[in-house]
Amino acid sequence: MPEISLTSAPAHIRHGSNIGQPLTRRDGISKVKGQAAYAADHHPSRMLFAVIAVSSIARGRVAALDVAAARSHKGVVDVMTSQHKPELAIDPDIKTNPFVFRMEVLQSDEIRYANQPIAVVIAETLEAATEGAALLAPRYEALSPRVGLDAGETFAPPVVGVGNPAQVQHGDIDAGLASAAKRIEATYETPPQYHNAMEPHAIVASWDGDTLSIDTPSQAMVMARARVAELFGLAPEKILIRSPFLGGGFGSKGFLTGPQILGVMAAKLVGRPVKLVLRREQMYGPVGHRAPTRQRLRMGVDADGRLTAIDHHAKTVSSSYDDFYEPAADASHTLYSSPAIRTTHEAARVDTGTPLFMRAPGEATGSIALESAIDEMALACGMDPLAFRLKNYAEVEPTTGKPFSSKALRACYEQGAARFGWTKRPLAPRQMRDDSGLLVGWGMGTATFPALMFQAEARAVIRRDGTGVMETGAHDMGQGAWTALAQIAADSLGLDVDRVEFRSGTSDLPDAGIAGGSAHTATAGNAIHTAGAAVIAKLADLATRDERSPLFGAGNAGVIARDGRLFRRDDESRGETYADILARADLAEIDARGTGAPNPTAQTDYAMHAHGAVFAEVKVDPELGQIRVSRMVGAFAAGRIINPHLVRSQLLGGMIWGLSFALHEEAITDRRSGRIMNANLGEYHIPVNADVPPMDVLTVEEHDPHVNALGIKGVGEIGITGSAGAVANAVWHATGVRVRRFPIRIEELLTSA
Amino acid sequence: MKPFDYVRPATIAEAVTAAAQPGATYLAAGTNLLDLMKGGVSRPDRLVDVTRLKGLDRIEHLADGSVRIGALVRNADLAHDMAFAKAYPAVAEALLSGASAQLRNAATVGGNLLQRTRCAYFYDPASRCNRREAGSGCDAHGGENRLHAVLGWSEGCIATHPSDFCVPLVALDAIVEIEGRSGRRELPLDELHRLPGAAPERETALEPGDLIVALRLPAVARDFAGHARYLKVRERTSYAFAVVSAAAALRIENGKISDARLALGGVAAKPWRARAAEAALKSVTPDAASFRAAAQAALADAKPSGDNAFKIELARRIVVRALTLAAAGTPARIPALPASPFASGALHA
Repeated sequence: MPEISLTSAPAHIRHGSNIGQPLTRRDGISKVKGQAAYAADHHPSRMLFAVIAVSSIARGRVAALDVAAARSHKGVVDVMTSQHKPELAIDPDIKTNPFVFRMEVLQSDEIRYANQPIAVVIAETLEAATEGAALLAPRYEALSPRVGLDAGETFAPPVVGVGNPAQVQHGDIDAGLASAAKRIEATYETPPQYHNAMEPHAIVASWDGDTLSIDTPSQAMVMARARVAELFGLAPEKILIRSPFLGGGFGSKGFLTGPQILGVMAAKLVGRPVKLVLRREQMYGPVGHRAPTRQRLRMGVDADGRLTAIDHHAKTVSSSYDDFYEPAADASHTLYSSPAIRTTHEAARVDTGTPLFMRAPGEATGSIALESAIDEMALACGMDPLAFRLKNYAEVEPTTGKPFSSKALRACYEQGAARFGWTKRPLAPRQMRDDSGLLVGWGMGTATFPALMFQAEARAVIRRDGTGVMETGAHDMGQGAWTALAQIAADSLGLDVDRVEFRSGTSDLPDAGIAGGSAHTATAGNAIHTAGAAVIAKLADLATRDERSPLFGAGNAGVIARDGRLFRRDDESRGETYADILARADLAEIDARGTGAPNPTAQTDYAMHAHGAVFAEVKVDPELGQIRVSRMVGAFAAGRIINPHLVRSQLLGGMIWGLSFALHEEAITDRRSGRIMNANLGEYHIPVNADVPPMDVLTVEEHDPHVNALGIKGVGEIGITGSAGAVANAVWHATGVRVRRFPIRIEELLTSA
Repeated sequence: MKPFDYVRPATIAEAVTAAAQPGATYLAAGTNLLDLMKGGVSRPDRLVDVTRLKGLDRIEHLADGSVRIGALVRNADLAHDMAFAKAYPAVAEALLSGASAQLRNAATVGGNLLQRTRCAYFYDPASRCNRREAGSGCDAHGGENRLHAVLGWSEGCIATHPSDFCVPLVALDAIVEIEGRSGRRELPLDELHRLPGAAPERETALEPGDLIVALRLPAVARDFAGHARYLKVRERTSYAFAVVSAAAALRIENGKISDARLALGGVAAKPWRARAAEAALKSVTPDAASFRAAAQAALADAKPSGDNAFKIELARRIVVRALTLAAAGTPARIPALPASPFASGALHA
């Protein structure tokens, strides 16, 4: 039932193929008109509203809830608690596969973190449900919570990130450090951060017998469907998830969260459709976050300024009940050449929700520390930061020795530096002032992110009227999948994008894989590319085997598809339309399926990464310490660019996240209660428009024949890396003060004047 | 939400009667109150909506040279009133540095005066807060308090008053007109907000039913128009409360300061008038040395209430800068980034 498809495109001028064109979003007009329905916009008949009540303690148990008070409130229909709920088919704490994360869905009275759901009030109106939740007035048996990087017992995690080894050693670190002419050692701290997608986690769940219909934002619908199926004992095909538009995900919508499952349970309990939407403050707990880190970097260089050792150690925390370890030190694996590289991790368990993937998990936290340390090392050598990076340029991946599938980082450095005017940078800090006397500083950072790919499928159709259909259950989080994937679909079918109906965003379509790891365009795009090629091959087969066709005898390899026609490769005057071929064969349509998957041989033979170079200028008030970024330039090489317009937006967004990482974002946790004290967008600062300076984004030409058939590397996360460090390094260059705790605060700079 | 009565009185007298009852509170734009209600911090039984009351939305330039601002005048409208901004530039600058454009378009003058502290513990019903619940304790002490008070705080409360607008107002001797159960009275703005002392729950001098109907700036406040600035250090360029702010206004005659006004924001439970600093500036040359002396005087009694010692030094520096900027003269136009150090021209006198 692919009810969601886009066939209309805004006006645009097309030159040549669809891929590479800066089309505006095909869903843009419907979003501006309010016609694009997000999950919480749905309102099926007889729907009730569910509101979760959350714990205000971080550790302990719920001793009592005044359920009677909530139930007696006008409009309240039911109150779901650990004592009164539909039973699940399996214990949600059981890890049925490595991508199952534990969630709190009223299975006991135990409290594992602040803001954990402890009850759900279901009512005729949102207001009644909200007040019902307030009337529960929970009493607790509280234990002293473990808060922050120094709480709990330290241990070595078995793996970090997604199955990465927690320790990697290449070469002899001790020898590298011992032989160094100069050494640095520095410790950096990054705070907990929360995804804060504009759209809160929301679900509208409707049961009809044993079938279940769900509207909820998801970055991984097929995984979500499997999770719902196992929790409720349903066959997956009995569940339909619709997620055509996400108001941002950033990793927090990669796995179904406890509150989303609670919405399904609530609907089952009351036998009516239920809508459950998290309030902003409720997003600080049950939907993941970026864990804090403390990273110690040790580096050594020889007399020429060549690195002899990089030793990157990261401490992080996970929850008391599950395992996710921010792989911060892994950032040092690929960027700089060194005979000895060691990355190690340690962790402790604290009383928070489980940290999870947040845009550039590990890469973002690790990058700001690594790029700061690289600048500190360059300073110790008396070298320009760019010259130092070039001196230690990795021609092959340092920890594995593999060649890069492509690496246009040198061009990124050159073009970014030229656009920025880097050569005019004085080596020493605190040398530049603007006309009004503000300190000016210039800093840079190298950006990198792995070029990943997952598994996906697509189905392509050519119809008798000569139009095409492409189906894959992709996820548009705002990055532009509706548009970029349609462009790939159009090229794969040899049609203009306006002649292709692209169906996406529901779980009953072929699995497009997860929208994560900056890999969605590569993964779903290659499935589309393959499906399109397969259906064209079928069509060509029909024509070339039919003696009535001008293509008779041309053979598949001798036919090309363009503008809705097949032509003989050796004679383009001989060809016919798709419509003619299908009409003569008396077929309404013809279809084929395709898959996208990484090529294991290429994965073994090559290191695959996108790269970039970011340059930042900051201004700092010399007495008051107030910092603002005044301009940024980012140059990125990420393989083939499907849509330059959308890619620029992704890179800009990433660079703004980097600015935010360096100067703004921090969740402030009360050290005694474990509650987050700034769980709202007024106090959890992200940059406002006036904090975002003029930004130049350059995409550097890069052709990658190995990474996948389309040569796509992905751009969703790389913009954060490099950018955060560039801002931090610029603050040092402006002030001469090296701040190693992020975000950089005014008080750190007051001592300098 | 908790159900509540909503009444919309036709006259000021009806409003006062309706709001004098226990559990009642006035509603103007609601930019602060509605958030407090959604968060369960305020749970009023009755909202008395005053936004339809007649005659409270005017800016009147009176014959005696004073200005009278109705309590329902929107912050944005006041800031953009040319005659007002020309006469009281530091007030306009403070208004435009507060909140966001959307909030300024909605928020009223009277509501701004009565906005509650932004102390996170006050906003968190699970925390102890003497201001929210008398005698319950103060979890901001020993908590996350790098932005809390450094002046006038007590063991019972270390919260700050968040308003930008009130800082130049208190420096310029603004007067509040109040309609109450026993008729109309006037109060210096400096006496409206109370320091916490032993009763943090008594935030203002208002009695039940009291309605602020207008704010007046005396004629003499115009005399500072040529040398008046508001300066605000904040952690992002808009939609952030002051870490510390200062309003400075000078009258300079024959190269000497004949009169000085100075107030600080973000440092205490009320907009903080620095009278000792003002006295130190009287009859001195407006130069760096005298500004530094004034800054020392302004912060002489300051002490950290937690992880906020840096605010004392920051406040001294802001005082020096604000006085320097004021001495240099009010700019002809309010800068594009009002009250930002980055838009204030030369850093040095």
